[in-house]
Formats: sequence, structure tokens, C-alpha cells
Amino acid sequence: MKYTKTHEWIEVEGKTGKIGITDFAQKELGDIVFVETPKEGDKIKAGTQMGTVESVKAVSELNAPASGKVIEVNKELETAPQLLNEDPFGKGWIIKIELSDPSELDSLMDEKSYKDYIAEQGH
Amino acid sequence: METLKRTPLYEEHKRLNAKIVPFAGFEMPVQFSSIIEEHLTVRTKVGIFDVSHMGEIWIKGKEALNLVQKVSSNNAEKLSVGQIHYSGLLTEKGTFVDDMLVHKIEDNTFLLVVNASNVNKDFAFIKDNAKGFDAQVENQSDNTAQIAIQGPNALEVLSKIVKDCDLSKVKYYWFTYGNVLGEKCLIARTGYTGEDGFEVYISPEKASELWQELLEKGKDYGIKPIGLGARDTLRLEACMALYGNDIDDTTTVLEADLGWILKFDKNCDFNGKSILLKQKEEGIKRKLVAFELIEQGIPRHLMECYSEKGKVGFVTSGTMSPFLKKPIGMAYLDIEYTGAQTNFFVDIRGKKVKAQVVNKPFYKRQKK
Repeated sequence: MKYTKTHEWIEVEGKTGKIGITDFAQKELGDIVFVETPKEGDKIKAGTQMGTVESVKAVSELNAPASGKVIEVNKELETAPQLLNEDPFGKGWIIKIELSDPSELDSLMDEKSYKDYIAEQGH
Repeated sequence: METLKRTPLYEEHKRLNAKIVPFAGFEMPVQFSSIIEEHLTVRTKVGIFDVSHMGEIWIKGKEALNLVQKVSSNNAEKLSVGQIHYSGLLTEKGTFVDDMLVHKIEDNTFLLVVNASNVNKDFAFIKDNAKGFDAQVENQSDNTAQIAIQGPNALEVLSKIVKDCDLSKVKYYWFTYGNVLGEKCLIARTGYTGEDGFEVYISPEKASELWQELLEKGKDYGIKPIGLGARDTLRLEACMALYGNDIDDTTTVLEADLGWILKFDKNCDFNGKSILLKQKEEGIKRKLVAFELIEQGIPRHLMECYSEKGKVGFVTSGTMSPFLKKPIGMAYLDIEYTGAQTNFFVDIRGKKVKAQVVNKPFYKRQKK
């Protein structure tokens, strides 16, 4: 699993990348009540906004950790956005994409770097 | 930059692992567990809020009533000793310096409870208006802590702590005095949640003890500490205005749809009277409405509202309602769009999302 500075994760299996937000992100946001995702077939570009996550109080941008074509959207989030709070690395996954350039992942953080990164931010 | 103040309950919040944020010059708890959970606790059980940041301004003296009458939109002459009403502190233009609760303590003494963010402004404003009146204006905000106990179980829990008075006899928007842990405290049956409940004014020294006692005595009643996040969603469901969002010094009392706190018939002049009378005769051009989104999304403060013809207003407050589980909000709309069931669109990050005007409030408690 790899991590972005904006607190998304991506898990790669072959050419497919599964994307979500981290436990740190869901805790910072609080109760998540709405998730706006790209649609199946949409193309997303690494480092750019691909959707939004809204908690009761705040709106947060969802950024693409990698480029590719959306092949599946977690439909459960439409009725159960709280899955992002309850199980951010599991049932709370957001989309799956077909990676267009797997080498992009090299610039993302691994688990240790991400933990250090969070610690640096004073948490 | 001004350093942030802390309420006397700051250490309690730290101990309870609250998420602390800067608010109105204070370090305040925005949430303790989860906003939704806290919100539902107040709707179904009981919650306690640290509202010590609120301002307490006292007006005393022979002409105290006259001064209150001049700066306040409501008619304080109608208040009995022990009674409270909601009112606007008005500019000459009929817009809001602030909104407030006016407590009639004695014939010549009034307590105005105002927003934390406005205390200094309000105090200066009232003092300015007090010139020529035989009345003293005192800002006691730093010497007063305040805890709100809100929810269907509020009466039972607070009654376990307060001695020498029967809280069940206190009517809504009245206050009494009770013995709270050895201190004589003003206890008002008021709140900002849409639920039954009380607001206890207590010395900063005693505040922590009362807070702990409430959590202890309230255990069997499902009590929880509640942060500012849930305070905001609770008040929005009840359609209670938030200064800085729904009302400010650019919005008049009539535009804010608060005509009921505007008493033209009181037998004295008051700030903004002539302008408001004129506005009433000519008709307002925009009004604060409650609305729901019909399509998916969440409305937020300052999002723009549109009809097919163009821009028709803006959102003042919005959230996903934790109790009703739908996106709700309030907005100023051009008057022709303010009728119930009128459709319009909210621009949510470039997407026009369908909305509909609904009757206020979104939530009203069942009276026992």
C-alpha cells in the first residue's frame, strides 16, 4: 500500500489500483456523510482532484494517487458513507482504477514514510 | 495576533480528549466523540455544553429599562422579573449588531447574554448608546462560566444536583435561582438546540465541579459532553439563527424573518425603527428561508443560489442533518422565491443541485 501527502492510499494488484482515504484522514474529518466519486469510465490524473469527501462540518478534496481509468466505484458509499470512518482500508475503499502509468507510484510514500510524515505534522 | 482565551472548563475538555479548535477568540471543543453521536444524544437523552465563551452584559440603574428598549428590538417592558426573551441588538439601519437573550433580573436590572465573538463590540455599542441614560453597563463575561444541559433528560439530571428549587416549575424562557454545589446560581430554561433544557450561570471557580457532577449524575441517563460541531447542527435543525452566518450587520430583522422580535408598538423609539417601518411598508426584497436539497449534495455557507433566470441568493448555513438524515440549509433568497415548495438550485462546486424551500423549523420537539 502506498500513500499520498493528501492522505489517500492506493493498493496495487497487477494493473489495478484500489483507492481510499487513510485512517488519519477519516479521523481528522470526523463523521463522513457524503462521498462524491468519479464515475466508471472516467479518466483521473495523478495529483488532481477526483472527488470530494464531506463530513458534517467540512468538505475535503479527494485527490488521485495515480492516473488511470475508473473501472469500479464502491456503490455502498452512496447509502453508507460512514464506511470511510468505520473501515477506511477495507469496506471504505472508494474506487478501482486501471493504472495508466504504474511508475507514478514510485513517488508515493510507503507505510513508514507516511507514518513519519503524519508525525511531522504534529500528530 | 491576540492569544486565544480558555474557558474554566478547558482542562476538562483536554481530559475528555476533545478536539479543540479556535472559535470566537477561545480554544473550544468542537467534538468529543462524533458530531452525529453527540447530536443524537441531545435529541434522545441529554448532553452538556461548555458555553462559558458566551458574553454576559449587565444593565443596571434607574433607566436600565429605557436603555434596553433603545438598543433591543423586542419589548422588554413586557418582561416580568424572572422572564427571558430573544431579541436583536440593532444598528440604526435595523441590522444586527448581535442577537441576544434578555433576562429581567429585577425592575432595574437586565442581563443580556450575547455571542462570544461580539462581546467587545456589543459592550462598546451599548455603552455608546448609554450616554445620557441613568444606567450602568457592565461586562461580566470573564467572571461568568456557563454550562448548558440539553435534551429530554435534562430536567431529571439537573434536578439531582440543584437544591432549594423545583426546576420542573420553571417555564420555558423563564429563570430561577438554585443552590448549585453551595453556590447560588441563575438557572434559565433556555437553550440553542431545539430541545428542552437549562443554562446554568456559575462562577469560573465552580464550573469544573459542576461539569464533573453532571457527567457523574447523568451516567444513568446517557449523558455526554457535546462540542460546538453538534451545537451548530442542532441549532440549524431548529432553525435558530447563527450570528455571522444567518444574520449580521448587513441583514435586517425583517429580512431574517424574525419579525416576531420586532415590536413597533412599544412606546419609545429604538435603533432602526424608522428604517424597519419603511422596509415593512415597502416590503422586503429578500428573506431568510429554510430549504432541503432534493438531489445529492450538501449545502454550505456562502454557496450561491440560482433560478433559471440567474442568481437569486446565497446559502447562510448548511449541513447533512444528523437527525433527519437529509441535506438541509438556510439561505437568503429574492422574495419571489421564498414561498414554501419553491424550487431553486444551489451551486455546489460548479454543479447546480436542485433544492426546495420548506417551512421552518426542520425539527420541532414533541411537547410532553
